[in-house]
Amino acid sequence: MNIRLEKRPAPSRMLLALTPLLAVVATMIAGGIMFWALGANPAEAIRTIFWDPLFDETFGAYSRPQLLVKAGPLILIAIGLALGFRAGIWNIGAEGQYIIGAVVGAGVGLAFYPTENRLIFPLMVVAGAFGGWAWAMIPAILKTRFGTNEILVSLMLVYVAENILASVSSGLLKNPDGMGFPGSRNLARDYPAASNLELIPNSGMHWGVVAAFVAVIFAYVLMTRHKMGFAIRLTGEAPRAARFAGVSPTRLVLFALGTAGALAGMAGLFEVSGPAGQISIDFGSGYGFTAIIVAFLGRLHPVGILLAGLLMALTYIGGELAQLMLGMPAAAIQLFQGMLLFFLLAMDVFANYRIRIGQREVA
Amino acid sequence: MELGQINPILLIASLMVASTPILLAAIGEMVVEKAGVLNLGVEGMMITGAVVGFVTAVNSTSPVLGFIAAACAGAGLSLLFALVTQYLKSTQVATGLALTLFGLGLSSLIGKPYAGMKAPPLGKMHIPGLSEIPVLGPILFQHDPMVYLSVLLVAAVWAWLKYSRSGLILRAVGENHAAAHALGYKVVRVRILAILFGGATAGLGGAYVSLVRVPQWVEGMTAGAGWIALAIVVFASWRPWRVLLGAYLFGGVSVLQLNLQAAGVAIPVEYLSMSPYLVTILVLVIISLRGNHGAPGSLGRVFHASH
Repeated sequence: MNIRLEKRPAPSRMLLALTPLLAVVATMIAGGIMFWALGANPAEAIRTIFWDPLFDETFGAYSRPQLLVKAGPLILIAIGLALGFRAGIWNIGAEGQYIIGAVVGAGVGLAFYPTENRLIFPLMVVAGAFGGWAWAMIPAILKTRFGTNEILVSLMLVYVAENILASVSSGLLKNPDGMGFPGSRNLARDYPAASNLELIPNSGMHWGVVAAFVAVIFAYVLMTRHKMGFAIRLTGEAPRAARFAGVSPTRLVLFALGTAGALAGMAGLFEVSGPAGQISIDFGSGYGFTAIIVAFLGRLHPVGILLAGLLMALTYIGGELAQLMLGMPAAAIQLFQGMLLFFLLAMDVFANYRIRIGQREVA
Repeated sequence: MELGQINPILLIASLMVASTPILLAAIGEMVVEKAGVLNLGVEGMMITGAVVGFVTAVNSTSPVLGFIAAACAGAGLSLLFALVTQYLKSTQVATGLALTLFGLGLSSLIGKPYAGMKAPPLGKMHIPGLSEIPVLGPILFQHDPMVYLSVLLVAAVWAWLKYSRSGLILRAVGENHAAAHALGYKVVRVRILAILFGGATAGLGGAYVSLVRVPQWVEGMTAGAGWIALAIVVFASWRPWRVLLGAYLFGGVSVLQLNLQAAGVAIPVEYLSMSPYLVTILVLVIISLRGNHGAPGSLGRVFHASH
């Protein structure tokens, strides 16, 4: 007996939708084994991560709003990344674009301190988007001009951005009233005009979450109704055909990387002016990397990304809860998220191929 | 600022030490890419090698066992990548990223209880006779065994790819997997072996960071060395000796900036710390100006026998 793979003419749509769910189940099982190996009760651990943050009576009230707080930046970044991934443009430096967006946006806000004006926050959002866009333009222009690999350049720039973050949080943007501690003024607490607070109390809904939802809608319209969306899909599925159809690779790279950078930069700004509050050395939170998982888990589709972002946010909150309640190490959840991506990619074989078991027929 | 404090002989000698992790990872990844596979999980395999090597060395008080365990751990992790990309035909870019994210999580989970401990020292191996030569002796011949091993590995890979039959098969698989398959070579098997080799050397490179360079366990301690190794393979145009050159170049930049930091140069620490990454970008741009010559023809493409 042998097992053969037979390529499907087109990926099965049903399985494409189903495999993320299968991957989640497989991750829960593998994760359960991991938690068991760590000395926790697997069923309890899984329940703590996936159920308690939403439905537990004592923690739910705190955790539920956190769901949107964490999902907002993940969705915003992943929507931008997916545009590129669909066309085979690999921006994996969203973490750097997120950091630079936060630094530039917060810098603009802090420059106006302590002026109170309604226009300051919108201006900061624009500055944040610009910062992320500009940071993403480095790999984009190097790629279009010189053909430099955007994977490596965008990633190297994450480390550069982290060093810039460390530099400004103990230098340029340091709080002059902070008694020498590194970190900027707290925008959320001390500067109302520049703060990104909850719009509805205890909902977790802030402007970043609104922006994420708007981005989902825009991306959906772009991908299904706009010529640029068509160019992106065509380039991803048949690069040669795309060239014959007159799609300009240069424009596509600039658009995909630029949009992803701007969205990541905005996500950074919303985070620094709201949940994080200030620019500090540990501001970089890994959202830029987790968003890669979100993009794939959501099948690079805007609606899928929305759901995947919420799920991934749940694992963040559940992970924190498991840390608190079960003494689970923080890294366990990172491993869990990595596993999820692995299972998802492995299960793609079912969507792209038919599995044939039995004797090979004679051709 | 006292640049006079920097001793050029010690500087060059420590350059070789600083380059060894990247060199080990890069030479393995070069073989993987020569077989037509792009494994972006180098960083994840390195950091896993770093933690497994450290934990083993601390528990057994034997750095040699640490290195062996690290190589096994790197290969084990790469086996995951190999199975998913070769049998389940997943995209290599995404799977490599998954491997890196997975490895980073796994390593901090394993390493947590070991933070702050010290690794058992790996002794130096002075080459008799040669290490007494003035200037050259201290630079080249007073290192630990892993430094020599890494250089020998480069020579071995070079000779193997160039002169052996199996090396030729590996290159054929990487250049054109359909043709290699038609000739009856086992594309998938060759690639899996190459991936395992790359994983083992990445693990060794990681262990060198945690056992010799630092030497303790710090979360995320490889700090992008795996990605720099990937960049070096491109820089080297997939040639072994240029991999050595590239790794030493980057080792040189990072040693120089550390020395400048220690000497108290008036440049802020953060700007010195980002210099190796900026140099990597710069070098990538210069290389791409020439065009990416030498990239294996089937690099990164999924192989399925039905085509």
